[in-house]
Amino acid sequence: MANSAVPTTNAPAIAPISLSALAPWAVFVGILMLVLLYFVGAEQGATAVFEGETVHEWLHDGRHLLGFPCH
Amino acid sequence: MNSASPRTLLVRGMLAGLLAGVAAFLVAYLLGESKVDAAIAIEEAAAGAGHDHGGEAPVSRALQATAGLGTGVVLYGVALGGIAALVHCFALGRIGRFGPRATAVVVTAGLWVTVTLVPYFKYPANPPAVGDPDTAARRTALYLLMIVLSALLAAGAVILGRRLAPGLGNWNASLAAGGGFVVAIGISYAVLPGVNEVPAGFPAALIWDFRLASLAIQTTLWTTFGLAFGFLADRALVPTRAPKEAVQPTS
Ligand SMILES: [Zn+2]
Repeated sequence: MANSAVPTTNAPAIAPISLSALAPWAVFVGILMLVLLYFVGAEQGATAVFEGETVHEWLHDGRHLLGFPCH
Repeated sequence: MNSASPRTLLVRGMLAGLLAGVAAFLVAYLLGESKVDAAIAIEEAAAGAGHDHGGEAPVSRALQATAGLGTGVVLYGVALGGIAALVHCFALGRIGRFGPRATAVVVTAGLWVTVTLVPYFKYPANPPAVGDPDTAARRTALYLLMIVLSALLAAGAVILGRRLAPGLGNWNASLAAGGGFVVAIGISYAVLPGVNEVPAGFPAALIWDFRLASLAIQTTLWTTFGLAFGFLADRALVPTRAPKEAVQPTS
């Protein structure tokens, strides 16, 4: 790789995690975390999967204080 | 050479995110809730505005300010922790001689700037009663666009810095990439539409206090995460490193 010009010292270098080993985790965890963020930040606000206002009202203060647009 | 398992780092990232969420919740409850209450009092005094957060709301104020706030902030911490751990998995061993803990600090600082600070200075947090409910979808889209743009520009700056490093040296390449990032963000700020829906007569001091509280919550979240995840990631990789450290003195 391009970054192999790293000087070797006493501190043991950490081997990079190969992209093929990381890819399935990136897809799985990435999607899971983004869905979580969607429910915390935007469900029953900008758009809605579930009917009603309960999710919005329950998470209301967190949305405002975390910086998500609310009302 | 053994490399770290993504699963271990991701689980530890979410655990550190959980801890960071709890710390951020405490700050949010202590510093933020009084500002939310003050804004809602103004909102209710200005009766006639269409949005009803009042008496017949499905969730009481007492629940919103405690369990509701806690749910939101802790889940937010877990989600950002998972994403930060993914970035850490990618960065580990690819950004020079940084060990797991230093990599965690670098990644956390980078995410704090790109995911929190850069979008915040264009579309800052607003208390209740600031903002028209009818434009919530548009404001959410702009906010997300700013986060995505910031993340892409940051990734571009990292790639640019790596390309320039062999010719310019690490220091000058980092300065050039950082400068490029700042200029690109400045252009994005200028091009993207602004949002100003503060009602006439809304106290400016309350908005300032609310935004400071929001910044304190985010800073607590990222700082706690960076330190906790750095510790956990370091511990996770000790078995990988220990044999080498033990072998070295004898050779
Ligand atoms: Zn609101």
